[in-house]
Amino acid sequence: MRILEGFQFERKNTVIHRLDPRVKLFYSILMFILSMVFWSPPMLMLLFISILPMFYFAKVTRRLVRTIQGSIFLLAIIFLINYFATGLERALAMSLRFLVIIASFSIFFLTTYPEDLSEALIKLGIPYEFALTFVMSIRFVPCLAREAQLIIDAQRARGLELDKGSFIKRLRNYVPILVPLIVNSIRRSIRVAEAMESRAFGASSRRTSLVELKLKRSDYLFMIFALTMFLVLLLLKVFGVEQVIAGLFKEILTILL
Amino acid sequence: MIEVHDIWFSYNGIPALRGVSLKIEQGEMVAIMGENGAGKTTLIKHFNGLLKPQKGYVRVFGIDTREASVAELSRRVGLIFQNPDHQLFAETVEEEIAFALKNFGFPAEVIKKRVEWVLKFMGLYQLRDKSPFALSGGERKRVAIASILSYDPDVIVFDEPTVGQDYAQKEKLAQLMKLLWSRRKTIIVVTHDVEFVVENFPRVILMSAGKVVADGSTRRVLTNPGLVRKARLVLPQITQLARKLSDYGVPQDIMWVSEARDAILRIIERCQRL
Repeated sequence: MRILEGFQFERKNTVIHRLDPRVKLFYSILMFILSMVFWSPPMLMLLFISILPMFYFAKVTRRLVRTIQGSIFLLAIIFLINYFATGLERALAMSLRFLVIIASFSIFFLTTYPEDLSEALIKLGIPYEFALTFVMSIRFVPCLAREAQLIIDAQRARGLELDKGSFIKRLRNYVPILVPLIVNSIRRSIRVAEAMESRAFGASSRRTSLVELKLKRSDYLFMIFALTMFLVLLLLKVFGVEQVIAGLFKEILTILL
Repeated sequence: MIEVHDIWFSYNGIPALRGVSLKIEQGEMVAIMGENGAGKTTLIKHFNGLLKPQKGYVRVFGIDTREASVAELSRRVGLIFQNPDHQLFAETVEEEIAFALKNFGFPAEVIKKRVEWVLKFMGLYQLRDKSPFALSGGERKRVAIASILSYDPDVIVFDEPTVGQDYAQKEKLAQLMKLLWSRRKTIIVVTHDVEFVVENFPRVILMSAGKVVADGSTRRVLTNPGLVRKARLVLPQITQLARKLSDYGVPQDIMWVSEARDAILRIIERCQRL
């Protein structure tokens, strides 16, 4: 469940936290596009490294480390499947791509206030109900992670050994964890709906907002920075630099192996 | 037998246990009490190895918990969590109860016998084919308890068993605990319920801020206003009454209604003689 830590918001006051959520979302999407544009391990590695300073400035580096630790199993599966299907280079590239995607979106979710997020989504033209549903589902992630731990403890106390047996057996071991988790989530969503209705949710069609998002000078600066980085990296691709680097990398790999 | 020696534990740097030591012998009935966040649940999770001490050691029947798996320890120390909804998952009550037995590798005919026994023992026999999700709160709690009792652990730990239970259910729970205790089981309960403890438990371990602040007879611990305040509990109601009547010569360490009755009757007799 540690993979979820990368998506749990933490209240801190850093440069990154103070940025407008729309700008951060813009950055995450740019990084995501780049991760799809590049196909060679060295370039994807470069991209990954370029995101790391964001975590440093937002003081959430430890969170990223834990998320990556938590996703090692998934990472291993991605690596192995690609390795046997297409070879080492492609396996490395796909694993790095996965890391870039995790990093670029977790910096957004880790540093964005949930209430700002819903404002940003509404400003981007998404209907209020959908924005709220989305934000609430993120909000309940920590809750879900805590609950999952409680359930795991309770089942282990009844002798369940999660990492024992064959691959299929191990997957089946998760049934006693997932069933209570899903049942409780459904129950909770009903309770939350009742609580919201008793606080007059949906009583008036015109809603006002407590926080009004406005782009500040720092937001424009960050946007320029993100765009510049995006364009520079894109140019590396356009002018064939990736080809050259990828070729070099291949040579090094063949020498090493 | 459970032996806890100077254990320390913290969650991501936040200390939960700060040097806890205690000993619980086989066949004891012990209540662990204290304010929210005192470390009670963290402590009992050490009893079956769900948590391992970061400093100090825990021995369960002579086995260091760091050297045994949770499954091995759980076989002898059954932990019943507060919320049954955190464990019920099977399609029928019967399957739910057989779950632990299957995990521990009991043979099929033994599982069948044990399940039948515990269904009857816990008054769930009529419900055996029902879905655990279709049961009432009290019934679900009983299924959760039954699923632990089914494999007959030597120690049974209840985490907050009285929360959300009505008085009659609490009474039944107390009877159940006493019955198990009479079968030489060790009963450990974590609770805030002072009245429940006073009526049923001879020994109390009081925790506050990750430490044991008192460990002794229920009378000594729970009729001591200073200790009770420290753990953010209140004195038993009957003790409060006794203290209000101390000017008339009622002893201040009264904790049972019958004791209070005797003391008050003595005063009435004395008054009548005058």
